[in-house]
Amino acid sequence: MSLSPVEGVALAEIESGADTGEHAAKGVVGRSPGQLAWLRLRRDRTAMVSGGLLVFFLLLGLAAPLIEMVYGVGPREQFQNLLDGFGMPLGYAGGVTGEHWFGLEPNLGRDIFIRLIYGLRTSLFIAFAAALITATIGIVLGALAGYLGGWLDAVISWITDLTLAMPFLIIALALTPTITLRFYGERGQVSSAFGVGVLIAVFAIFGWTSTARLVRGQVIALREREFVEAARASGAGLGHIIFRQLLPNIWAPILVSFSLAVPQFITSEAALSFIGVGLSDETPSFGRMIYDSLDFLQTDPAYVFFPGIMIFALVFAFNLFGDALRDALDPKSSR
Amino acid sequence: MSRFLIKRLFSATLTLFAVSVLTFLMFFALPRDPVTGMCPKNCNPERLERVRDDLGLNDPLVSQYAGYMKGIVTGRDLGSAQGGRCDAPCLGWSYVSNEAVSDTIARVLPVTLSIVIPAAILWLLLGVGLGMVSALRRGTWLDRAAIGFSLTGASLQLYFVGAVLLLVFVYNLRLLPVPSYTSIFDDPVKWASGLVLAWVALAFLFSAIYARLSRAQMLETLSEDFVRTARAKGLAKPKVYGRHALRAAITPVVTIAGLDVGGALGGTVITETTFGIQGLGRTAVDAVRSGDLPTIMATVLIAAVFVVLANVLVDLLYAAIDPRVRLR
Repeated sequence: MSLSPVEGVALAEIESGADTGEHAAKGVVGRSPGQLAWLRLRRDRTAMVSGGLLVFFLLLGLAAPLIEMVYGVGPREQFQNLLDGFGMPLGYAGGVTGEHWFGLEPNLGRDIFIRLIYGLRTSLFIAFAAALITATIGIVLGALAGYLGGWLDAVISWITDLTLAMPFLIIALALTPTITLRFYGERGQVSSAFGVGVLIAVFAIFGWTSTARLVRGQVIALREREFVEAARASGAGLGHIIFRQLLPNIWAPILVSFSLAVPQFITSEAALSFIGVGLSDETPSFGRMIYDSLDFLQTDPAYVFFPGIMIFALVFAFNLFGDALRDALDPKSSR
Repeated sequence: MSRFLIKRLFSATLTLFAVSVLTFLMFFALPRDPVTGMCPKNCNPERLERVRDDLGLNDPLVSQYAGYMKGIVTGRDLGSAQGGRCDAPCLGWSYVSNEAVSDTIARVLPVTLSIVIPAAILWLLLGVGLGMVSALRRGTWLDRAAIGFSLTGASLQLYFVGAVLLLVFVYNLRLLPVPSYTSIFDDPVKWASGLVLAWVALAFLFSAIYARLSRAQMLETLSEDFVRTARAKGLAKPKVYGRHALRAAITPVVTIAGLDVGGALGGTVITETTFGIQGLGRTAVDAVRSGDLPTIMATVLIAAVFVVLANVLVDLLYAAIDPRVRLR
């Protein structure tokens, strides 16, 4: 991706601004592509709203223990006295009250609101960690494959194809308990941090391919350009060319793919918890809650809606923001 | 073309081989004793040892793998505890369900096909249609509605949509029976009414992605010179848009559709779990839960075969449409 078109647009914008007369006196202001993208993003109302929503979600996740203190109910506390004889929450919409904002879980009687807040925390942590790791692996492998070419490219591309050919959900499903058994044996008490770590590792193994493909393609497009040739001629090493010359030119698509990878990992984590691997019941998780709620569709329909809408809002905000970011970084794209 | 085909088939075979080795290592060679999961309820040490012998788990890994592969190609003799002779696509014997794995697969594969194929037709028609219309009516309320639809759909979760559909159509309005699978040859109406919710849920989410994709493709194609030339020559709008532009715009969409369908055939795990239908995906989940290794192995392999085949098909299709691909 070349940056010159971006600068071209910038000039055009500044010139059209100059026509109004007010800016004429200021003359042409030089701005870096990053500043321009930031300006464009600031002007985009969708970006600002979805970005604000994301910050809100992040804060909620970060402040989960604080919220627990203020709210006064823990994620593992049970309120059996608020359930009827069949284990169903008393009252309307699954037991929504001033004390339990989103009602209670049937049977166990745990508070849904605080479990959602902790679920958000887990979900965001896993998604961001997985996205960071996969981006790093993908950038390094993709840049190496694209720049060096030859047999290394062939091998890395083939591994990419191979990874894509493996059915992710089934393998992850089978792999997660196997890894856990390897470390804990048949009866060991699995800590929730370990469960989270295994999930991130599984995502890292399978998730790097799309970034690697993207980076490889971009690097191939750039590697014959003059500035790379110049760097090579002046004796720059491999690391310098990849990290100092090539990567700064392709950070925009990488950033976009990162911002769109996070919601994908949120979705995958929920999907894995939904089919019953991933996190144990101790760790609150969106997917797990929805899976549990399926048994109560007829008797307590409100139970499915709170986690369902929460995860929708989260993924929706990420997707909107990712799109807006792409528009801001690449004004030519028409989505 | 034939050279391209041979090259492609060779790399596909290599990929499948690697997948099979990896899966084999992952599940048969990892430290967890595979037998504990396979042994029937009341297991004593002698019985465990016998099962281990039956399965050839005491043999070296390479010969275990060779035996497994030979079973797929020519069939093999399993011990009498495993149903004796196992014919050509022999995928082993499941101690959990007490039947040959190939029989299990033959039973559940039609279920997954019945879910995926109609759903794929639905999502392609809906998604591409919506994308085309919104590209041609760019900026109108129709376009905005289509964009809203695709953004919403792309962020929704299959299990949530499925749960809401179940809640509305099955439990509240009682328009449809609880989802289940009946063979299309026995009762087509029951087949359709039992699966329609799964089709709608899958199609809703996928068509959102396709609407977005085909809209972008169509917009790009519409701005190309050949479209303008065709219009300037005096060709009617429907002909230009419907024939010239559509064909150019739809090619990348077809590519992605092929891969998606291949992936979905490998196991619609979430759909089947949500609606409680016993297809390939659900079978895989159950196999993992009960530690039924031969079945896990078989489902992973079949899923990989679908993905790789879809890849090859798409490549060939692409090469047929666009000659430049063959030269690479």
